[in-house]
Amino acid sequence: MTTLIEAEHLTRYYGKHCAVNDVSFTLAKGEVLGFLGANGAGKTTTMQMLCGNLAPSAGQIKINGFDLLDQPKAAKLSLGYLPDTPPLYKELTVQEFLLYCAGLHGIAKSAVAAAISRAQERCGLTDVADRLIANLSKGFQQRVGIAQAILHNPEVIVLDEPTVGLDPIQIREIRALIRELGQDHGVILSTHILTEVQESCSHVQIIDQGQLILNETIAGLNRQMDSGTLQVATRLTPDINSLLTIPGVSSIESISANRIKIHHSVIANPTEQIAEQIIAAGWGLQELTPVTRSMEDIFISLTKEHREL
Amino acid sequence: MILTIASREFRTLFLSPMAWTILAILQFILAFLFLTQVEAFTALQPKLASIEGAPGLTDIIVPPLFGNAGIILLLVTPLLTMRLICEERRNKTLSLLLSAPVSNIDIILGKYLGILGLMLLIIALITLMPLSLLSGAELDLGKLFANILGLLLLVTAFTAIGLFMSCVAGHPTVAAMGTFGMLLLLWILDWSVGMNDQRSELFEYLSILRHFQNIQSGLISTVDVSYFLLFTATFIALSIRSLDNDRLQK
Repeated sequence: MTTLIEAEHLTRYYGKHCAVNDVSFTLAKGEVLGFLGANGAGKTTTMQMLCGNLAPSAGQIKINGFDLLDQPKAAKLSLGYLPDTPPLYKELTVQEFLLYCAGLHGIAKSAVAAAISRAQERCGLTDVADRLIANLSKGFQQRVGIAQAILHNPEVIVLDEPTVGLDPIQIREIRALIRELGQDHGVILSTHILTEVQESCSHVQIIDQGQLILNETIAGLNRQMDSGTLQVATRLTPDINSLLTIPGVSSIESISANRIKIHHSVIANPTEQIAEQIIAAGWGLQELTPVTRSMEDIFISLTKEHREL
Repeated sequence: MILTIASREFRTLFLSPMAWTILAILQFILAFLFLTQVEAFTALQPKLASIEGAPGLTDIIVPPLFGNAGIILLLVTPLLTMRLICEERRNKTLSLLLSAPVSNIDIILGKYLGILGLMLLIIALITLMPLSLLSGAELDLGKLFANILGLLLLVTAFTAIGLFMSCVAGHPTVAAMGTFGMLLLLWILDWSVGMNDQRSELFEYLSILRHFQNIQSGLISTVDVSYFLLFTATFIALSIRSLDNDRLQK
């Protein structure tokens, strides 16, 4: 797999305030990396450093094999960036603006028209191509920003909160677009919407107070979300002690007379044996639900742990 | 790359009423001044004919016209240049340029050339006025050329200062005020020379007006030309430095 972004030990200070502290990660082709963090966690600063808008105080960034500091032009050629505020010239029409962006990114004259119509099609801008950007709604402006980032078909696409200000249908379209882009590009997506990460990303990173506290694949995250807890409801009061003897069950807490919570190990899942035992004993099984931790829970517990350290 | 940025800058000027207004007002005022100058010449003509080595048509009309154009451009340039970088930064559109495969040198030169394009248009329109006299009179074309060159060098310097101020200032108005203040100071710097007997060579050299007038008189010397070129290069270099600085600290 080709590594598209290598960020090593990135650190950024604003005066004495350390916004990003020793963050390292890589991004390969075909990955969609979700960058999660609370407000002010250092997401945007990291994005700005990746895109050459901000020089890191320490550390190194390589994009598509080119060092961002030594060969900025070569590195930026394979970069598409949507900042948190879309950089739009409001006095131009969508078509004129994209034409200008094509020129900036050095797209060959013969390929410009095709590139623009493809980007407009992908972002659903074909109908508004001749309208002034200033007169477009916020959602459409956001889409123009995304079109600008994918116009030159860059290897790396960096999107800073791409779905802000969009309506639910547009959000779904943009997420689908991101998944589609993720197939043959590397995409970094910053957001504080957790479902967005679950829906469109293959990898997830959580940043808090400038430090990377989680770097996982979505599959790995889903494993973490399985907390190893079952909620059981029965018609008669079950015998807790006999359930405790089942291998894999670690502890049981009773919520009410007919409702218990069974904590078990994640590796040896005893759900089947528990169900069999309850039925065999004739307690009248009414409900058996695995309790999953939501992504919010993981996010909150991780940031909490990190702050307590 | 430079030309892409420059042509957008130039065309954007004409998308707002800004460029049109400035062109119209400038042309109107200068045409008025031009006509008074022509009027003055026709009144003086009989007297001038009797004087040996008297100033000719070109001497009476062209230098005052271009001199006044210089003063008006001193007022107008800050308005044109104030938004160059400043507004991009405020509207957050600068990151489009910074993350594109263009260097800071390209950005600054592109912006500079874009405004210079409008300046050239202004100078061309001014030049048309004395050229119109060719239909009925003879002009000293060498002197006219010297005046065009002088004005051209003058606006390259004005624009460079304006661009630098726009890089440094946080708000367009501040950039305009800064540019205007600096230009005015450089313009009047050698007024102090006449006040007492001491002559300050440094002030005299720094004064824009003196160099401009030297070229206007038809004396194109390397000293004056290189003054303007050095001046322009210095402020463009400073602008590039200032833009580089943006990445380092915010």
